Formats: sequence, C-alpha cells, structure tokens
Amino acid sequence: MAAVGALSRIARLGSRICKNRVTLSGNSQRRGIAACIDPSHGLTDEQKEFQKVAFDFAANEMAPHMAEWDQKEIFPVETMRKAAQLGFGGIYVQPDVGGSGLSRLDTSIIFEALSTGCVSTTAYISIHNMCAWMIDSYGNKEQREKFCPDLCSMEKFASYCLTEPGSGSDAASLLTSAQRKGDHYVLNGSKAFISGGGDTDVYVVMCRTGGKGPKGISCLVVEKGTPGLSFGKKEKKVGWNSQPTRAVIFEDCAVPVANRLGEEGQGFNFAMKGLNGGRINIASCSLGAAHASVQLARDHLLVRKQFGETLSNNQFLQFKLAEMATKLVASRLLIREAAQALQEDRPDAVAICSMAKLFATDECFNICNQALQMHGGYGYLKDYAVQQFVRDIRVHQILEGEVFSLSLAFLFVFCHILVWLLWFHVRQL
Amino acid sequence: MSGRVLVGVKRVIDYAVKIRVKPDNTGVVTDGVKHSMNPFCEIAVEEAVKLKEKKLIKEVVAVSCGPQQSQETIRTALAMGADRGIHVDVSGKDYENLGPLQVSKILAALAKQEDAQLILLGKQAIDDDCNQTGQMTAALLDWPQGTFASEVSLEGDKINLVREIDGGLEHIKINTPAVITADLRLNTPRYATLPNIMKAKKKKIVTVKPADLGVDVTSRLEVLKVEEPPQRQAGRV
Repeated sequence: MAAVGALSRIARLGSRICKNRVTLSGNSQRRGIAACIDPSHGLTDEQKEFQKVAFDFAANEMAPHMAEWDQKEIFPVETMRKAAQLGFGGIYVQPDVGGSGLSRLDTSIIFEALSTGCVSTTAYISIHNMCAWMIDSYGNKEQREKFCPDLCSMEKFASYCLTEPGSGSDAASLLTSAQRKGDHYVLNGSKAFISGGGDTDVYVVMCRTGGKGPKGISCLVVEKGTPGLSFGKKEKKVGWNSQPTRAVIFEDCAVPVANRLGEEGQGFNFAMKGLNGGRINIASCSLGAAHASVQLARDHLLVRKQFGETLSNNQFLQFKLAEMATKLVASRLLIREAAQALQEDRPDAVAICSMAKLFATDECFNICNQALQMHGGYGYLKDYAVQQFVRDIRVHQILEGEVFSLSLAFLFVFCHILVWLLWFHVRQL
Repeated sequence: MSGRVLVGVKRVIDYAVKIRVKPDNTGVVTDGVKHSMNPFCEIAVEEAVKLKEKKLIKEVVAVSCGPQQSQETIRTALAMGADRGIHVDVSGKDYENLGPLQVSKILAALAKQEDAQLILLGKQAIDDDCNQTGQMTAALLDWPQGTFASEVSLEGDKINLVREIDGGLEHIKINTPAVITADLRLNTPRYATLPNIMKAKKKKIVTVKPADLGVDVTSRLEVLKVEEPPQRQAGRV
C-alpha cells in the first residue's frame, strides 16, 4: 500500500513537472519544475537580491563565453575583475580591507548562482576568495592591508598551495620545507595541481618549518616574481579549463618572515579551517551546475520527439526528472545548513561541511550525468552545454576532501559513536 | 536644475520565462513564475541614478504599484542607487485590472505630492506592451513629454532629448517639469553591487493606498478572453 502511495506521488510530481494538463488537485495554475527547484525559496529579501545579481551576472557575462573559455583554455581575467567590482572578490572578507563582509550562507548562494554561468571560473573565484579570507582572518594588520584590498578587487589573483605530489589526502605529511635564515624563510619543494598556478600573483603556501606532522606546518604568503619561484607545465585537464593548473616549484626561494600568517606551527590549523568553507564553496558550485543541467534536461524533453510524442510524456523520464529535482533540493538544503553551522561555529560544523560536500558533489554529478543521458546523442556534443557541466564538476568529487577519504572519516567517527552507545547500554544492564 | 525625480518601476514576469496561458483563458500563469523589474524600467532607474551622480538632480524616488511583492522591485531600484521608495498597495482583483490609466493617475498625484521635477518611466512594460503610462501621466499633469528617449541631457531648466521614431532620430528641447520614457539604447543598466544591496536595506519604502492619493482604481476595461497566438502553419512552396 505504502509503495503504491509513494509511486503515485512521484508520478504526480513528474507529471506536474512535464505534462501540459491540469493537476489532480484541480488547481487552475500549473507549477512547473522551475518552481519546484527554485533556489530562492526560504531566503531573506536581501539574499534574494544577492542571488539575483549573481544569476544576472552569470547569464550575461559568463554563460555566453563558457564554451569558448573551456575550448580555448582562457583564464577570463577581465570578466573576473568585473565580478570583483560587484563585490565577488572577497565575499566573506571584512569590509575594512575591501571585502563584502557577508555570511557563509550568502557566499554559498552567490557561488551556486554564478556556477550556472561557468563552473570552472566560479570554482576559481571561490579558491581566490578562500585565500583572501585566510589572509584576512589570520594575518596581522600589515599583511591584511598589504594583500587583501588588491585581492578583493582582483587587481591581483591568488592561489592556494597545499597539495604536493606525495601528499594529497594525507596533507599533514607535506614535505616542502621552509628553513629559517635570519629574517627570511628559504623554501624548497614543490606543490602539485595548483589552480591558477603561474598566472596568479599571490600564493598562500603551507610549508614545513618545524618537525613532522601537522604541528610543524606554517603558512607563508609568496609573491610571484620572488627569485626561486617557478612553475611546471600547464596541465591538460578533462574540465576546469578556464583556470590553468600547474605545479609550483620552490628552489631556494627566500620569503620574508613578515609574510608568515600567524605563528609557526599554526599552518595546518588554518588549512583545516579553510577547508570547511572550501568544501561548502565547491559543493555550491556543483549545485549550480546541477540546477542548470536539470533545466537543460527539462527543455530538451519538452522539445525532442520520439515515437510520435515529446520525451516529456515518457513516464520513466518523468520519474527520473522528479528524482533529479528531489536530489538537487536535498543537496541544496544540506549545503545551506552546513553554511549556517559554519557561520555560527557550531560543534557539528566540521562534520556537516564534510557531509554536505560528500553528498552534494556525488548527487550533483549524478544529476548532470543523467541530464546528459536524457539528451541522447546530442548530450555528447560540445555544442550542448550539459557535457561541460558534467566534465567540470567531476573533479569536485576529488578535491577539497576526496570522497572516499571523507567517508573513512565518518566511518571513524561513526564507529566511535557506536562503541560509546554499546558501552552505555552494557553499563545500564 | 536640482530636485526630485520620480521613477516608475513595474514588476513583470521575467523576460526569459516561457509564458503559458491559464487553462480558463482569463490570463497568463503568474503563480510560482519568476518575476523581475521591467527591462525598460531598469533603464529608467539607471538614467535617474546617472543624473544624480552627475549632481544634476538631488533625489531619486522609486515608485511601484502592486501587491506586497512589488516591494522586491523597489528594493532592486534602491540597490541600483535610488534613495527611497514608495509602494502603492494594489492587490487582488484591483491589481489584475490595473492599467495605464489608473497608474498614470497615481503617478500624477504622487508627482504633485512629492514636488517632482522629472518623471522617468520605461517606454512600455513587457507584459502588456501598452506604451501609454508615460504619455497619459504627462497629459494629466499638463507637462511636456519626451518619449522613446535614447539620449537625455539637462541644460539649465530645459532638457535636450533625442527620440527614436520611425523616421530616424528626432532632437527636441522640452521644459521642466517633464515626463521622459526610456527606450532601449538610452543606457546599459548597472548590476547592483553587494555593498549597495546591503545599503539598500536601510533605505525607506513607504506604503500608501490609491485612496490616500484620491485615485479610484476601478477599471473601465474588462478582459474577456486571453488565448495563445495560433500555431504556425506549414508554408506552401
């Protein structure tokens, strides 16, 4: 009985989304899929305004160029500077150094909207924002005033250097060394897969100033042009082609001690705190891609005819579209809750940010993939945008917390909770 | 010329939405559909804000007639640089029947109340395409009108205007106070910036009722039927 009820609910949702007929409730106005997955539900008026600006910017300044930036591997400096003029260069950086001073939730909403225009560029903007935030939050007065205003206006661009050829998920085992010599640190080592590497001006680098493990890691800001700083070849990637990815190489690179954020040994702490926000940002980018893909799929189903009728009359596709819409909304809710938790510095913030990133990047990739499938052969052509969304967000399941390692983290926490519960029950007996 | 500019902004269905007719043929589906500011009204707001930035006028007041949601449209105008907003509350059946004649009466009453030097409107709304409100407002106030403006410049207490007309471009000079309606090529509206959106929160929106302005919003028109245009037929070679 329950199964029949569930199926009929899905059918009703699917038909509401696709078909052209009066709904079973007799309502004379039909709500299309746009209303079901509308990302402005539950937002304040001010957040709706932020979202509107971001959507307009994405539709007018980014979407028309998204394919070209991907095919020609263009780093769209001018467009990103236009975005920075609107306040998107340092969204959660304090206003006294040029930032917009908004919350994590506002940030998530903005990146979600911008992503509908170009995932790759928005993802880079989010990385740039994270660097600006790190300097803003953990830098001293001189560092904040030196770096943040230019980063917020995107006069200068930033890159985040944590990953190395030998340390990805195991970030604390990084090897790039920074030896103190007077009032300089001399850096030796290399970083891998650095977004923006070679084209950006400011590098936020995690390096080893002390012994092994996380406590020996410090954070240094390295400027382009410093002798000893060089870059590897530009990587050829499946997606994220509007941002260059290169290795960043340090060979006896001398960096002033004044460029160290915080104290020696605090670097790993900053990195972990940065990753919480980074995970929400990346997940938000996946959301935007999934939202755009659902709309593209819907449009295609309404147009493409096979067997004498439009694909939108096909019940299986209706069910599939309804599932996609549901998973999109579920991902969105989890991400927004995580953003709120991080903003309020709740005890569950780390866990829920990881959960949100794990769930949303996986589900949104599946949504985009399904949307491509619904396009049939056309979905495979580069003339159609859906394939770019699929390619661009595939990497979101890998970076900023590789999904399998995130799952391991949960398993660890989950087992601890299980053991505690068992112990508690045994005590009760 | 220094003074106050009244800018009319209308909340309409977003231009990118695919319009559908209601099954009972009384109108178009608006529930759950994305709405935004009429594009020509955006151009009018941009022109008003530009005049303020050039210090040619002192204050920009954004006005919208409609239900509670019209305040969102006024907020967008405030985020673009308007100083304050007036929301004329018209809802339900009155709102469905609201047309250019009633709106122009409201705008005329507000212009007198606010002592406005200039009324800037979009040339037409993209939902009804009436292209009447500006002209009717000017007539009610007995003010000169510069419609389909593609260039506006203030010269003392006169306005130089370039109008886009069927025959080409017409250059006219009108006295103030006046009504100007904006055409597509007048300017390119700016994006609201995040700091401006936050500043807009503190700007005031006052709500008034048409009765407060002495305006009767009953319509002289009755919509009998709304239907889709006929489907395109195949051609004949």
